[in-house]
Amino acid sequence: MNNYETVFILTPVLSEDQAKEAVVKYEDQIKALGGKINHSETWGLKKLAYQIQKKSTGFYFLVEYAGEGNIVAELELAFKRDERVMRFLTVKMDKHHKTWADKRVERNIKGKTIVGATV
Amino acid sequence: MAQNDIRYLTPINIEIKKEKYCRFKKSGIKFVDYKDADFLLKLINEQGKILPRRITGTSAKFQKKVNKAIKRARHIAVLPYVADGLK
Repeated sequence: MNNYETVFILTPVLSEDQAKEAVVKYEDQIKALGGKINHSETWGLKKLAYQIQKKSTGFYFLVEYAGEGNIVAELELAFKRDERVMRFLTVKMDKHHKTWADKRVERNIKGKTIVGATV
Repeated sequence: MAQNDIRYLTPINIEIKKEKYCRFKKSGIKFVDYKDADFLLKLINEQGKILPRRITGTSAKFQKKVNKAIKRARHIAVLPYVADGLK
């Protein structure tokens, strides 16, 4: 069992509901593969530091989950196949990262929209 | 008055070297977050280049982590790869 953290960017072409629907789909995929979602949040429509696919904004989502490495492979394959996903990054969390992330969640629990109610 | 007593009209400037320190060691930060653009902005120059250790004073251990964090931040478009007038 490892802890992973995935950030992904969806195209701004989608509506908020469509974006949320996509996130729920990926969260379900993680759960179906035997992963446990620890935390999930959205940063909303954010300006990109540079253009990606001629777009200058994107919906940012962050998912923290625990599970085996095959989840990452499956998830990234799904991201690559999905045209709605502009960019993604998965990071394996070491112990310092994990404690930082837990603290961060506690700090930001207010003011930020939590997508899934999975804690 | 002694012969070898040298006196100056204006006091000469003796450079006092300011001791550099590693900000991560000093404040006990164990993890460099790639999602925190405001913090990483302190460690890059206005063109978006990573500042060397000799300027920031970061220890080797944390410079490695900083480098990784900045590169990750660039990938997810939190920081730019190339910029002009970032600060």
